[in-house]
Amino acid sequence: MQRHVCWIIGLVGLSSLGLGCARTDGPAGSEIVIGEFGSLSGSEATFGVSTKEGIDLAASEINAAGGVLGKRIVVKVENDESLEDRVAAAVQKLINYHNAVVVIGEVASGRSMVGGPICENAGVPMVTPSSTNPKVTERKKWVFRVCWTDDFQGEAMARFAYETLGARKSAVFTAINQAYSQGLAEYYEKTFKDLGGNVVATESYQGGKDRDFKAQLTNIKSMAPDVLFIPGYYTDVGAIATQARQVGISVPLLGGDGWEADELFTQAKDVIEGSYYSTHYSSDEERPEVSNFVTAYKAKFSKTPDAMSALGYDAMKVVADAIRRAGSVDQEAIRAALEGTKEFPGVTGSITIDENHNARKPLVVQQLKGGKPTFVKSVQM
Amino acid sequence: MSHLDFFFQHLVNGISWGAIYALIAVGYTMVYGVLRFINFAHGDVYMLGAFIGLFVARATGLSASTRSPALLLLLFLVPMVTCAVMGAIIERLAYRPLRNASRLSSLITAIGVSLFLEYGGQMKFGANPQYYPIVFDVSSAAATGQTTRLHITDQQVLVLVVSLFLMVLLNYIIFRTKVGKAVRAVSQDFEAASLVGIPTDFVISCTFALGSAMAAAAAVLVSLSPDYRVIDPLMGIMPGIKAFVAAVVGGIGNVTGAVVGGLLMGIAENLVAGPLGLSGYRDAVAFAALILILLFKPDGLFGKGKVEKV
Amino acid sequence: MKSLLLPTLIAAGGIYLIERFCLPSVNPYYVTVMYAAGFNIIMAVSLNVINGFTGHFSLGHAGFMAVGAYASAGITCKHIEALRGALIFCPEPVANSLILLSVLLVGGVCAAMAGLIVGLPTLRLKGDYLAIATLGFGEIIRIIINNIGSLGGGRGLPNIPPLTNFFWTFLCVVVTILTLRNYTRSSHGKALLAIREDELAAEMVGINTTRYKVVAFVMGAFFAGIAGGLFAHYNNFISPNGFDFIQSVIFVVMVVLGGMGSITGSVLAAVFLTALPQFLSPLTRLMETWHLAGDPKNVIYPLLLIVMMLTRPKGLLADKELSWAGVQSVFLRLRRGHAAS
Repeated sequence: MQRHVCWIIGLVGLSSLGLGCARTDGPAGSEIVIGEFGSLSGSEATFGVSTKEGIDLAASEINAAGGVLGKRIVVKVENDESLEDRVAAAVQKLINYHNAVVVIGEVASGRSMVGGPICENAGVPMVTPSSTNPKVTERKKWVFRVCWTDDFQGEAMARFAYETLGARKSAVFTAINQAYSQGLAEYYEKTFKDLGGNVVATESYQGGKDRDFKAQLTNIKSMAPDVLFIPGYYTDVGAIATQARQVGISVPLLGGDGWEADELFTQAKDVIEGSYYSTHYSSDEERPEVSNFVTAYKAKFSKTPDAMSALGYDAMKVVADAIRRAGSVDQEAIRAALEGTKEFPGVTGSITIDENHNARKPLVVQQLKGGKPTFVKSVQM
Repeated sequence: MSHLDFFFQHLVNGISWGAIYALIAVGYTMVYGVLRFINFAHGDVYMLGAFIGLFVARATGLSASTRSPALLLLLFLVPMVTCAVMGAIIERLAYRPLRNASRLSSLITAIGVSLFLEYGGQMKFGANPQYYPIVFDVSSAAATGQTTRLHITDQQVLVLVVSLFLMVLLNYIIFRTKVGKAVRAVSQDFEAASLVGIPTDFVISCTFALGSAMAAAAAVLVSLSPDYRVIDPLMGIMPGIKAFVAAVVGGIGNVTGAVVGGLLMGIAENLVAGPLGLSGYRDAVAFAALILILLFKPDGLFGKGKVEKV
Repeated sequence: MKSLLLPTLIAAGGIYLIERFCLPSVNPYYVTVMYAAGFNIIMAVSLNVINGFTGHFSLGHAGFMAVGAYASAGITCKHIEALRGALIFCPEPVANSLILLSVLLVGGVCAAMAGLIVGLPTLRLKGDYLAIATLGFGEIIRIIINNIGSLGGGRGLPNIPPLTNFFWTFLCVVVTILTLRNYTRSSHGKALLAIREDELAAEMVGINTTRYKVVAFVMGAFFAGIAGGLFAHYNNFISPNGFDFIQSVIFVVMVVLGGMGSITGSVLAAVFLTALPQFLSPLTRLMETWHLAGDPKNVIYPLLLIVMMLTRPKGLLADKELSWAGVQSVFLRLRRGHAAS
């Protein structure tokens, strides 16, 4: 009995010594490490890749202009494969192995809500470029976002449906395993009902997993809604839209910023024709920040940037600006500087971080025509 | 939409998927029949069929405008033949050496092969979903003239026609050809079959090949559907498990049973997710069915009881 | 028993000292690896009782872990304030430990009940069918949890209080190993081995196979539940996807690699396979040059399974345990061989 205990203790002791001696990735003195975690593969790969490209463009521009506080920005990326279970390991690696000063991530609200507490406990500022569920920053000292939140988005889309499209009966089809989808649906339904509308059907699916939605869509069809709200991520929306048309749902489809992916617009071109969705910016806007960004992005990546890239770009620039204002890489100073971000001229609008660590910016409603999003209207907070 | 139409629509959806499960289930059941072995990796052969089909489609530039019977035939034949060969190769490399080992070893190996195909697929093809080109028109009405109440799509008709054809073909092979006779003989009694001179190794390879070809056809059918154009390396897991359950429900080792089981599986799933509104439990139907059948009628609907000799 | 008290107290004290003084100087990232190894050891050893000793192939072990995790986390998430309030007179670390221990027990018991529910019906099944049935149960557990909104459902359960610490994890690992080791060395364990080798013969000899098989399941499930509770309160976030079939297979790989029937084997295999991914970064970079994406460990594990089955199906240590005597004899044999040549 005692021998076994000795073995076991010995094993653990040796391994702790061994691991404790292992080196980690230390930054050179002339660099500032920014950590990024995102979904570079898996069901929301486009989000992660777009955001990364925006961040990379911003970082290269910053470095070309001399860096921040005279130091180069180095971005270390960890892939969470679109899986919430991988987020903890990714964020911990960024903080403890790469020694990141600030963490940027994630797009999906559910995943930001896993990474947030880790950064919060470690005292590392985290800036999410595009997570919109209010809970991501709720009661957090160290977590910020550079976009608006779903209470605003859900309300805006509900108003659009009721007032602009004249819909009185709405169906809602949510992803039951995505915090973003559930949250957005909740706010949409509340406003739609308050305005006098009737939510005639609510169905759900397993986001990123289910392939067959016809059963639920058939249920929805039988309730004859005027409009179908699908607050999900682009991977599923294409199949849902196709199958919705197949079972005979011909009413307009509405969506949120989770639709923002060129993949959806081109692959599901025919079935989402004429549908509307809300997002953070339109590449056609005539502000100088937008046109400069679009030109630079096209030069580097040979495609038109989507809202996720724009937000990634803005997040990186806001972080750099905060570090500059903080005057050091002390994380508490950076945190305070982030809180003081006022009217930063971002691609996606003027960014001011409010007391909830969220940004107050306008929302853009777009319509899909011929596989391309076209600007319909802008909604202010 | 009247209640009856509502119900029938779900039924139609169910039968479409049922046919797919049936095609995959046949592979499980045949292999079990000859080897008493569950080929865990069968669902992943289905996945490979889908990817091979995608490469064929891309290589030939298949699309809604260029679709011709010849191209479509190629789209089915290439994956079917390739997967048939791959199924036989997997058997040769991973399962044959373990034929006399414990059943557990074979099962573990099968799981290993399955995972290897899945994650290897992710490495080679990328983990992101990929799209088949649109070959069939999305907006639906079947060529057979259509009521506005039920929506049956072109592609669903294709599924039914192709799967029916393949079932008949398989039936013919198993019951009317010498190879089929050999397969049946080996299923019945491996030792006796080898004693009378049947080349058991060859027969087993054929069994794997046949089953894999059917699964590949199912994969192409599913991927062609405008609703399901998305394929990814993990797409075989769920259909594989469901098809396996279908095979068990029908009586594992019995081909007719597999077909019936597949159809039942598809219909049950859609009834649970649709009229019963329990879409979150759709996948649980398969597992619940499995456990119930194993507990109460382990030989399945068409199986016969076996006496265990001490 | 008396002779064990002193060594046990010394050991406990030692662990506490390690935690307070050595651990903070270890890079936190590697500490997470150590914790992961601890949880995996408990899972592998508990699975070995079911798979290795009883010969019952269970592919749903992650499901028991999930039950333990959700049962314990469900309590702490909703009632941690009340619990802390009740223990207001205790200093905080003691209160935390008490809460952790009680929820771990609850988790373990719930998992044990799940083990009973799974074990009883699957008694009559053999080999492949048993494996598939356990897989089915594991998945059903996962799907049920997925549909329980109050526990977060598919979105997962966040903000679990971080109650797990090194001391308790280490202790649980040791307790698991010692308990199961004693169990398998006892007459119960011999009965399990008899069942594994030839169930019919065991029945003939008068062993109540039903009882022993169920007990094995329940014990394995209980410890898996403990591991689940520890994991939940370490990770602060759990979701049903983390307890799926793939996860069960990873535990199976550990048992198969280490040796079905060898507790030390499971421990070593668990540690090895937990640490392995950390050393794979050069391989990942190599793969990128070949245009292959993804985590190499996902492909290495199944290859390991296949290779093990083809070459050494009983696992590296088969039935044997590691001991001083064993190491000495190997040493002696090598020396003798050297002297002879």
